[in-house]
Amino acid sequence: MARVALTREAAEVLRRLRASHGDLMFHQSGGCCDGSAPMCYPAGEFRTGSSDVHLGDLSVDEFAVPVWMSAAQFEYWSHTHLTIDVVPGRGSGFSLEAPLGVRFLVRSRLLKDEEL
Amino acid sequence: MTKYAAPGQSGSVVTYRDRYDHFIGGEYVPPAKGEYFANPTPVTGEEFTEIARGTADDVERALDAAHGAARGWGKTSVADRANVLNKIADRMEANLEALAVAETWENGKPIRETLAADLPLAVDHFRYFAGVIRAQEGGISQIDEDLIAYHFQEPLGVVGQIIPWNFPILMAVWKLAPALAAGNAVVLKPAEQTPASIHVLMELIADLLPPGVVNVVNGFGVEAGKPLASSRRVAKVAFTGETTTGRLIMQYASENIIPVTLELGGKSPNVFFSDVAAERDAFYDKALEGFTMFALNQGEVCTCPSRALIQSSIYDQFLGDAVERTRAVKQGHPLDTDTMIGAQASNDQLEKILSYIDIGKQEGARVLTGGERADLGGELSGGYYVTPTVFEGDNKMRIFQEEIFGPVVAVTQFSDYDDAMKTANDTLYGLGAGVWSRDGSVAYRAGRDIQAGRVWVNNYHAYPAHAAFGGYKQSGIGRENHRVMLDHYQQTKNLLVSYSPNAQGFF
Repeated sequence: MARVALTREAAEVLRRLRASHGDLMFHQSGGCCDGSAPMCYPAGEFRTGSSDVHLGDLSVDEFAVPVWMSAAQFEYWSHTHLTIDVVPGRGSGFSLEAPLGVRFLVRSRLLKDEEL
Repeated sequence: MTKYAAPGQSGSVVTYRDRYDHFIGGEYVPPAKGEYFANPTPVTGEEFTEIARGTADDVERALDAAHGAARGWGKTSVADRANVLNKIADRMEANLEALAVAETWENGKPIRETLAADLPLAVDHFRYFAGVIRAQEGGISQIDEDLIAYHFQEPLGVVGQIIPWNFPILMAVWKLAPALAAGNAVVLKPAEQTPASIHVLMELIADLLPPGVVNVVNGFGVEAGKPLASSRRVAKVAFTGETTTGRLIMQYASENIIPVTLELGGKSPNVFFSDVAAERDAFYDKALEGFTMFALNQGEVCTCPSRALIQSSIYDQFLGDAVERTRAVKQGHPLDTDTMIGAQASNDQLEKILSYIDIGKQEGARVLTGGERADLGGELSGGYYVTPTVFEGDNKMRIFQEEIFGPVVAVTQFSDYDDAMKTANDTLYGLGAGVWSRDGSVAYRAGRDIQAGRVWVNNYHAYPAHAAFGGYKQSGIGRENHRVMLDHYQQTKNLLVSYSPNAQGFF
């Protein structure tokens, strides 16, 4: 079952980021300020561990971008499907897209019964 | 009503420069790569200045300056350091309106908050740490007749501080004041959404500080924040922000074996027990205001009381009155002193809030008021405004569990004390909480049972210096706003001294 997807616009940003940073990953943040937003890093920059859940991989051309979230947070998010989108803006944190003047954003929908 | 003129307009109490470089070694230094980024005001969406786009080279230069200054500043007597902090406070107080207008223009918050809270609190924060550093004492432990342990507090050296955008000046001061009082030199990176008002402050106080003691490097997190947080040349990193970046900063710190303090937000419960409604009196009115505090600073506060828990026996009545109170919140131009709620700090923040309103509706939460972007017309049409929003739903819903960082409260009810505590603690976070009751013992017990670092009892959103502030659970590590923060900026040096003339007897 796919829990994550991305918009065409977000895929285009990922292509640009991949060209300059190599393989990529997402970790969904929580908490204040720029929390509750997906953070995009060079693959391996953020070390995931046993307290994280791998939600799935986003396919951009032939590349896969894994999406992670802390397991504790996943308990509250597990009934929703996440689509990574991008909007004009300027997130802080160390997410790679900020210098491009855009910010990744999660759009959510409830998983349907047949998806659960 | 007073409406302040926007910075740069005729009659304004403050003017922003067209461009800000980095503040390094006591002077303004252009970025190594020569690049700048535009800074818009969320009030109208228009750009009003441009900011140095810092990179690792700029961070290194700032660290050079800080390391050059750290030893001298650390050796400066506490009386002299305290005098500097007091002079900074005096200078800020004398320019309070200018700083308030600058911060409002950059952040979007109403001017009455910057005038009455952000800036006065920042001024007092410097004075508080000027006081506590004078009062700090080391220790002497007599181990035995001839062996004495002396304990001294020494500064860490050079520390890195990464500042959030919700209170651009106050959050910087929360971190600067204890670090400077303790004798450290600082490299500070403001948030890229609010990189400018700190420079209005630095220009005001630059002559009071020895060059290099405070250095400000602007830029994006990935380009300037990361080189600072991962540098082997900082002895500690302080960060306010979100959990993923907090974890990443801890990972960098683990590579360098340095401490961190983190303030990572919350999903604070605001608990209203039934006796709140026993009378329709001043206390009832105060409690309704306490509910409405979710709209303070447009909800962009780590301790936003974004979950309201109301006892079932008063639920309908109290919630009805609270919604009415919320509808009375005046939204308008942030520089108008009558305005109670201004603009969200950035477009991406606005979009995120709207995405949460969307998932809240999908999950079946009911919008009792608000729930949409506000178009205030005229020049404000380009700004980022959201109407104060009250959702009614269930604590398992995502709007009850995630920090929206907007003027959105999620309301549910509880049957009794145990039910209230269960729901209040059913969260990943533990930064703030509110408890409202006329019964002192109920309020006390609830305050102790809620797993949060700050529990406001019969008040909310007060942030005086001298009251420790920090998180339980995933809300972070450390306590700001209090003398204990000195411990996070100091080493303990122990001199173990023998006054015995005799050999120890081993060899």
